Amino acid sequence: MDITLFTAIVFFGSVLAGFLGALTGLGGGVVIVPLLTLVFGVDIRYAIGASLVSVIATSSGAAAAYVREGFSNIRIGMFLEIATTLGALLGAYLATRLHSGTLGIVFGVVLLVSAYFSARQQPHPDPTEQPDPLAHRLKLEGSYPALQGEKQYHARNVPLGFSVMFGAGTLSGLLGIGSGAMKVLAMDQAMKLPFKVSTTTSNFMIGVTAAASAGIYLSRGFLDPGLAMPVMLGVLSGSMLGAAVLVRARTRYLRIVFGLVIVALGIEMIFNSIKGRL
Amino acid sequence: MITDRQVEQSIAFLLRAGVLLAASVVLFGGILYLAHRGSMHADYHVFRGEPTDLKKPSLTIRDAFSGSPEAIIELGLLLLILTPIARVVFSVIAFARERDFLYVILTLVVLAVLLYSLLAG
Repeated sequence: MDITLFTAIVFFGSVLAGFLGALTGLGGGVVIVPLLTLVFGVDIRYAIGASLVSVIATSSGAAAAYVREGFSNIRIGMFLEIATTLGALLGAYLATRLHSGTLGIVFGVVLLVSAYFSARQQPHPDPTEQPDPLAHRLKLEGSYPALQGEKQYHARNVPLGFSVMFGAGTLSGLLGIGSGAMKVLAMDQAMKLPFKVSTTTSNFMIGVTAAASAGIYLSRGFLDPGLAMPVMLGVLSGSMLGAAVLVRARTRYLRIVFGLVIVALGIEMIFNSIKGRL
Repeated sequence: MITDRQVEQSIAFLLRAGVLLAASVVLFGGILYLAHRGSMHADYHVFRGEPTDLKKPSLTIRDAFSGSPEAIIELGLLLLILTPIARVVFSVIAFARERDFLYVILTLVVLAVLLYSLLAG
């Protein structure tokens, strides 16, 4: 296949990945890496490098919109970015050490776990729980616009949330994904923050987290210009398109279909890695 | 005195401008790349790593200005990586103006991790 054809196909595949990623909230990275490795036979290190670049682009683009809405909490985001960026450094170093097959298996398992979490109904936080004194000292509190006016909230279980964030950063650096779902889990389930605050703050953090591993990817030669170009431009346009139709789309069935696709990709990744074909 | 709202709006503008600039440079380099290398064989099956010139930002910038398509794309990727980093720098200044020194320190920690990755990683 010559470079022009390859670039065109990868570009359209990336548009689709970005579009679905934005509609379902799982991000483009979870589709783009299996697409590049399983369909195009790209080495997984080039694939996660290109994916990470697209993660920075979509997160920074989307965060701009969320910041203006007033839901994302800049202090909570910044505090937790200490955990995610340190995790991202660790993850990126691991990615440079591990074999392609090992990375493929980890990626497959992460796909299966994220499909499980996106299908499960999350229990609602218990509002009677005691506030964390650490949260008060770190000013991890705020208010957001609700129907009945401004609603106050504050964080709980700060050490647990911080630890889960470190894990989310490690996965992001290891696999070149945004790991937005795990960041939401840390804020919404562990720290009991309102869901809307968790999702928008998570999106705000993804770009900074990814930038922390991008430097290491760059110096280790993971960022190939010929591959990253169509992936970045494709995922970025696809996710902008997705965000534009998101308001009107009924995403419930789409989420189910997307969940099944992710399960299939996860099994395929694990299978191919074990067979030594990745 | 600047308000939180103004800080947030400036951050939003910074992020948008950064992504737009990076994407334009990548697109420009991409067009040159396809014009020069379009008929060559695409091979990503075996990981070889990038040449030294594309792994060191100073060399990438030098090559980009001498017209190398790959280096121009890589320069766009560098600009993209710098966008969230610029956002963190901006937050340090914003927290300092609010005299929230705890958060100045916390944000500087994040900035140190980012710069370590980019310069020493």
